Amino acid sequence: MITDILKASVAASAIRLATPYIFASLGETFGQRSGVLNLGVDGIMLLGAFAAYYAVFETGNLLLGVLAALIVGMLLGLAMAFISVTLQAEQGISGIGLYLFGLGLSELLFQKTVVTPTPIDGFPRVNLPILTDLPVLGEIFFHHNLLVYIAFALVPISAFVLNRTTFGLQIRAVGQNPEAADAMGISVARVRYMTVTIGGGFAGLAGASLSIALLNIFQSNLTAGQGFIAVALVYFGAWRPYWVMGGALLFSTVNALQLQVKTIENALGINVPSEFAVMAPYVVTIITLIFASKRVEQPTALTKPFERGES
Amino acid sequence: MPENLLPTGHRRIEQMRMQGIVKKFPGVLAVDHVDFDVKAGEIHALLGENGAGKSTLMKILYGLYHPEEGHIYLNDQSVVIRSPNHAIQHGIGMIHQHFMLVPSLTVAENVALGMKSSRGLILDLEVVSNRIRELSEIYGLQVNPNSPIWQLAVGEQQRVEILRALYRGAALLILDEPTAVLTPQEVDDLFRILNQMTADGHALIFISHKLHEVLAISHRITVLRDGKRVYSIPAESATKEILAQMMVGRPVVLRYDLPPIEPGPALLRLEGVSATSDRGDEGLKNISLNVHAGEIVGVAGVSGNGQRELAQVIAGMRPTTAGKIWLDNDNVTNHSPAAMNQHGLSHIPEARMTDGVIKNFTVAENFVLQNHGRKPYAWGGLFMNFRSITRQCKTAIKDYEIKTPSHETPIKSLSGGNIQKLVLARELSRQPRVLIAAQPTRGVDIGASEYIHHRLLEERSKGTAILLISEDLDEILALSDRIVVMYEGTIVGEVKRDAADVRTLGLMMAGSKVTV
Ligand SMILES: Nc1ncnc2c1ncn2[C@@H]1O[C@H](COP(=O)(O)OP(=O)(O)OP(=O)(O)O)[C@@H](O)[C@H]1O
Ligand SMILES: [Mg+2]
Repeated sequence: MITDILKASVAASAIRLATPYIFASLGETFGQRSGVLNLGVDGIMLLGAFAAYYAVFETGNLLLGVLAALIVGMLLGLAMAFISVTLQAEQGISGIGLYLFGLGLSELLFQKTVVTPTPIDGFPRVNLPILTDLPVLGEIFFHHNLLVYIAFALVPISAFVLNRTTFGLQIRAVGQNPEAADAMGISVARVRYMTVTIGGGFAGLAGASLSIALLNIFQSNLTAGQGFIAVALVYFGAWRPYWVMGGALLFSTVNALQLQVKTIENALGINVPSEFAVMAPYVVTIITLIFASKRVEQPTALTKPFERGES
Repeated sequence: MPENLLPTGHRRIEQMRMQGIVKKFPGVLAVDHVDFDVKAGEIHALLGENGAGKSTLMKILYGLYHPEEGHIYLNDQSVVIRSPNHAIQHGIGMIHQHFMLVPSLTVAENVALGMKSSRGLILDLEVVSNRIRELSEIYGLQVNPNSPIWQLAVGEQQRVEILRALYRGAALLILDEPTAVLTPQEVDDLFRILNQMTADGHALIFISHKLHEVLAISHRITVLRDGKRVYSIPAESATKEILAQMMVGRPVVLRYDLPPIEPGPALLRLEGVSATSDRGDEGLKNISLNVHAGEIVGVAGVSGNGQRELAQVIAGMRPTTAGKIWLDNDNVTNHSPAAMNQHGLSHIPEARMTDGVIKNFTVAENFVLQNHGRKPYAWGGLFMNFRSITRQCKTAIKDYEIKTPSHETPIKSLSGGNIQKLVLARELSRQPRVLIAAQPTRGVDIGASEYIHHRLLEERSKGTAILLISEDLDEILALSDRIVVMYEGTIVGEVKRDAADVRTLGLMMAGSKVTV
């Protein structure tokens, strides 16, 4: 399976590796646009990944796996919404709590059920007539599993929802000026519950894309912090779905290069210490974040609980 | 058009009546058994000192707060207004003291916010824009539906607020201090619109601290004091003096005598100072200005002509691009605000909510914000002396008549005028040698204004050099020894107190060079 990815061209594997980031950071975009920072994405991804994996492990039904991840993710999103919106807890801290919860629980459940990482049959690659057979382009764009296409399809859909629907307008208003939204008769709490729950669902799908489409296995801490990268990508992408997708692709390209570093080294006849290769994606994140400073779309009410003046 | 419809096509509210309204906040009885009413075709003004309960009463009518007691009747039918949404359905709109617009969204998006779309889930901004243009026509409210809010001037933003209320079918419109941030021309514009709205059968409630405005625009006037209704009168029979007395509970001086003082040495000097504005253009151009000990120099001008930049540059909050600033005889150009404080500068900022206080801190904490590390508020610069802080803060609350349940109340729950008084108390308690007072009485009631003016004059007699920046010409004329007028970032003229009159100043504010 790993060799499979290695064999693919860097571009194709970059697109595949971008899938979990795209799911997770699109979901996070919804929450943040409405003013809720959910740092627990990685924890939700882990539980989503486990739910999907376990469902497939037991039944072999891939769609059931996706559904399980979606439901688990949405439930955890709902929990995060309850904590941050209703209880008005500090969002950074409760997100980290959610992450630790997901990390621990997914590990525990795994140990209680499957015990040893056992590969499963995940989503197969879809063969499209004509397109898949195109030279080079077919390999890069049209030889992926279903979840990859769903993730990329969600990008324009999310942009449309945010920019062209009444719900999107409400999300943007609530994130920028909740007092104004409230005065216009919008329920700030309702909007935030919905976005954070959607974000949870997307994070669950991100987990599923790892455990039943990309890696086809589950193990302790499968995500290795990808959920946190996804949060950073939302900032990087300035809260816009297309830019977020760009960030995810940039990042996954570095990932893909890193996976193929030996091949590249051999081709170029140089030697890069492996630590550098592992560090590279994170260095790229930090550098891009420094340049991705505050922009117009930044939700000014991000992390701020809303409470009408009344007591 | 049927009798009971407005030009917008919505139903009129013939009469709105609030009866026996009571609203309590922790430690305050904000509204105490108040009756209030307004009819179609009428402007009913609501007057009262800071913290009298005007905004609270109106927020109850708009469904933002829920009263403990009392009833609201619309066209003689009892209604319970549970939420803003509900108020809107009943035809009640409100323009808040602090604008309720989302800066990053366009005019049309702000108007569409919270409304049903004609295309279901999908936004119909074209439809909204067209309707905005229609309403703009009817009421002569010019705005471009596609401009983002942050690019609009304050007066334009207010037009958006009014349009939005009309769009939603407001038959009764509450305007909470709509003129506080407007230039005189913008106020004229607003009044023209309001007059047209009443002529068309809208019912309007108007809140302002400016008595001449209230007398000019309204049909009836009601005065609140400490949450109670103390006085209602038809506007024809009201005078400034009666209204001031009713609001404050004692006669109020509206004009002061300045005892002659021989000005001392120049304590604040600016030499050719320039600076960049937020918009990125040259907001201040080559300003030279001296303020002497025992002198009040008034800076007049229409807002947005560099006054804000001037105050910020002197306070160390905005870098200069050219020129020098001297405090006493030290060059303090581009020093930090803390360093300026050390040199004896005090600053009453114009944006007191953002630059003057920390919203979630208590009254006492805000009171010692800059001096918390110094005597008598701390021992050895490290340990806060809470007993002394409490004592000093309580004295200030009493001296300045700051309305607050206690010194431990978070400052954000004080009314606007009371926050301003606290900032003033803090800045003056530091015994400054140079004082920058930017719009010190904006949004402040006349009783408190009078008090603030007296304190400024007291500082003057102590030999403080005072730079008074204000858009209120009456205030400038009442207090200043000398008046400079700013226009487009430069000083276009200077007038001595005795030679100044409203007409020449007005001309200079509009940019014409006048020699006196
Ligand atoms: N959300 C709140 N929580 C606690 N106290 C409040 C709150 N809102 C208002 N108050 C208190 O209620 C009283 C009335 O305040 P309100 O804002 O209605 O005054 P106002 O007449 O509008 O004053 P201003 O002219 O300064 O705007 C004040 O004492 C204020 O401190
Ligand atoms: Mg008020």
